[in-house]
Amino acid sequence: MEYLKVFLVGGFICVIGQVLLDTTKLTPAHILVIFLVAGVVLGAIGLYEPLVKFGEAGATVPISGFGYALSKGAIDGAKSKGVIGAFMGGLEATAGGIAAAIIFGYIMAIVSNPKTKS
Amino acid sequence: MDKMTNKEYQKYAEKKIPKPTYFKNILYAFIVGGLICVLGQILRNILFKYGLDEKTVTSATSILLVFLGSFLTGLGFYDKLGKIGGAGAAIPITGFANSIVSPAMEFKREGFIFGVAARMFSIAGPVLVYGVSSSIIVGILYLLLSKGR
Repeated sequence: MEYLKVFLVGGFICVIGQVLLDTTKLTPAHILVIFLVAGVVLGAIGLYEPLVKFGEAGATVPISGFGYALSKGAIDGAKSKGVIGAFMGGLEATAGGIAAAIIFGYIMAIVSNPKTKS
Repeated sequence: MDKMTNKEYQKYAEKKIPKPTYFKNILYAFIVGGLICVLGQILRNILFKYGLDEKTVTSATSILLVFLGSFLTGLGFYDKLGKIGGAGAAIPITGFANSIVSPAMEFKREGFIFGVAARMFSIAGPVLVYGVSSSIIVGILYLLLSKGR
């Protein structure tokens, strides 16, 4: 049941992106930025939290979940440390993922070569 | 060929246009995206068993998924998945990792600074710029609004 909810929520978020890809001229890069900012905004006004409670990884694994983590971190930071916390909180909450993306991305780009398109 | 009226020709031409694959694309995006999220949930549940707290589990899950996304991109597997799953492969955080490795790999011949390191952020850069900036605005707005009360 838990995994079904995760699957449905995660799948549905991706379907929204696919519809945008197919019906507009937006590129995947646009979609990533739009979903991320949507996650930040929805997180800020408290609409993303219920989705995370219901769909767990289905809501946190898509890039909109990354945006939600950023805004939640910024709000938590603002609560505890004021203006400085608002600057620090977002990156603090997402530091693991960003640091991993930089180091693993760099290593993989160095050791592997693009596959020739057949 | 018989003479066709304009309308008949339009109908004929419409038949010849390849049918849009909207439904298939949506179905595959749903399945691929859903399955990646289920994988994330499985990782979360395993990490929780080690007695880690919520924050650590969330970070560790992101780190593992990012590693997986980079690794599979390096092997050339993730781009195949992207062709099938479309947004279903692009939107999960594994797709974010893919968007870093793919261009970096492609432009390696331009060197380690302007090739690999700079190109890593051709998509991740905008994502971080808008994400981090908007989160700071959210934090400051929160302060302003809560002080007004």
